[in-house]
Amino acid sequence: MTALGYNFGYLDENTKRMIRRALLKAVAIPGHQVPFGAREMPLPYGWGTGGIAVTASVIGADDRLKVIDQGADDTTNAVSIRRFFAKVAGVETTERTGEATIIQTRHRIPEIALREGQVLVYQVPMPEPLFRLEPRVSETKRMHALADYGLMHVKLYEDIARHGHVAISYNYPVLVGGRYLMSPSPIPAFDNPKMDRMPALQLFGAGREKRIYAVPPYTSVRSLDFEDHPFRPVRADAPCALCGSRESYLDEVVVDDRGGRMFVCSDTDYCSTRQATREAAE
Amino acid sequence: MAYVAVKGGERAIEAAHAWLAEERRGDPVLPELSLAQIEAQLGLAVDRVMAEGACHDRGLAALAIKQARGDLIEAAFLLRAYRTTLPRFGASLPVETDAMRIRRRISATYKELPGGQVLGPTFDYTHRLLDFALAAEGGVPEPAPEAPADEAPMPRVTALLAQEGLMAPELPSEAEPRDLTREPLNFPAERPLRLQALARGDEGFLLSLGYSTQRGYGNAHPFVGEIRMGAVTVEFEPPELGFPIELGEVTVTECQMVNQFAGSKTEPPQFTRGYGLVFGQGERKAMAMALVDRALRAEELGEPVEAPAQDQEFVLYHCDNVEATGFVEHLKLPHYVDFQSELEKIRLLRREADGE
Repeated sequence: MTALGYNFGYLDENTKRMIRRALLKAVAIPGHQVPFGAREMPLPYGWGTGGIAVTASVIGADDRLKVIDQGADDTTNAVSIRRFFAKVAGVETTERTGEATIIQTRHRIPEIALREGQVLVYQVPMPEPLFRLEPRVSETKRMHALADYGLMHVKLYEDIARHGHVAISYNYPVLVGGRYLMSPSPIPAFDNPKMDRMPALQLFGAGREKRIYAVPPYTSVRSLDFEDHPFRPVRADAPCALCGSRESYLDEVVVDDRGGRMFVCSDTDYCSTRQATREAAE
Repeated sequence: MAYVAVKGGERAIEAAHAWLAEERRGDPVLPELSLAQIEAQLGLAVDRVMAEGACHDRGLAALAIKQARGDLIEAAFLLRAYRTTLPRFGASLPVETDAMRIRRRISATYKELPGGQVLGPTFDYTHRLLDFALAAEGGVPEPAPEAPADEAPMPRVTALLAQEGLMAPELPSEAEPRDLTREPLNFPAERPLRLQALARGDEGFLLSLGYSTQRGYGNAHPFVGEIRMGAVTVEFEPPELGFPIELGEVTVTECQMVNQFAGSKTEPPQFTRGYGLVFGQGERKAMAMALVDRALRAEELGEPVEAPAQDQEFVLYHCDNVEATGFVEHLKLPHYVDFQSELEKIRLLRREADGE
């Protein structure tokens, strides 16, 4: 028990065990959505309850936790979740991607490559990649069972016919292990290639929708595309104004009301590490 | 620098929460609201929070209302987030609403019926005129006149119809119902699971859905067979004892709607039931729940499923206000990474559209 009167990690041990079972099943069937008995969390649905439940179930006293939202450690929701775990689990927290054992994220994958032994926990709002095309879960379940993903291919095809491109820029659907269509959560399509054969374990928690899914290490994750229209991730065509990176995903910052714009890394740890290295070199 | 201003800092959160605490207390010159006052004088708010928070504890519900500054959905959420951490050592026996200590019992289908009509403490038949005497602190009202308790049993109206064979029987089942709070919803959802979801569902959402069935979206022809409100005994049977013990009593409101049913290939024409049961005095919710319960039975009764209220996935996935408020309100969280990718995509599409 922590000083607060709650169990380590907030959830009781039976609930954690239930979630771990769901996680094991999810790891065994990469990309398949496993229903689980999500509990109410002290943070609202839609603010990362699924990710928090997953983190709470896998975290141990020796873990070092990093929480990011929009790639940054200092966004309000990331601060709030990090403080929550500092309070209910008393674990060490960090902002350094390389030092973290568990990284809970909303909307981004860190820029530096993750390694074996690390766990990336995604907060997922809508786990069903087909929900905009078919809102009925009973129907999409059948489609997954039959690997009947024609609807999604037709949608991509229609985008190309109409706009010349696939008009999905984030939450871009992926095929996992050559079998299950999966939502990567609303990360920018730019991040999709990082999921492919990632050495770290990727876990996805959707609290309100009560689904868990996973991508085990070194599993193939392919963004849907066509031979003549290969997948193309996009980023703003500019260097980071702070660290000069041309590889990282950028946030656009409006600096004045006369159309002034500045581009900076969305991954704050990546950016500040590069700035520090540059300063040290000078 | 502008860049720093975009990100929310830890200190900003602390200051915001301090401000919230100040606003919650309001003008310190005024006396602070006590939980006992909320429990006693805002009793229907307490009831609603217990129902939607799915936890029967008047004191905690009053605390939640105070903490939430009277925002009842926020209060229900606080209560839910508390209840979910409580250890579960068992389930009570089914409560017997037949044996309810009645405070209110009315039927719209029979003028006279065994046990009589008991109006109880109701807003019905009040004129909705603002009572300015209350604004001037009405003081303690005269005690309401009391009739001697009627010991006559109060049979259920639906049972009276069933005696005549006019009411479709509910098939009894000893199967352990699934538990909505432990397992995710699965479709098609059986009726016990649906009723669980409706019982904790948002009153406003169910009210509108129930209303829609009366306006032609779902072809309902309902009558209030009976509404009863009062205290029921909660019993628990510890496995080591082997006999039930009384834990206490809770107030509940039960509504049984009687609906026309034209019959099908296998069933003769008869009445069917819609059922509503909520914690506390929650008549509007119990009635709306009974309408929606009946609408959701369309499929099993072989009726066409056309209206939103008849659609299991639509109703059950959207009736929970804790889920709904979370997801709607999460839109105010930063989305600038996704928005950035949309910006780039739309600029690209526009550039190409211009080039053509």
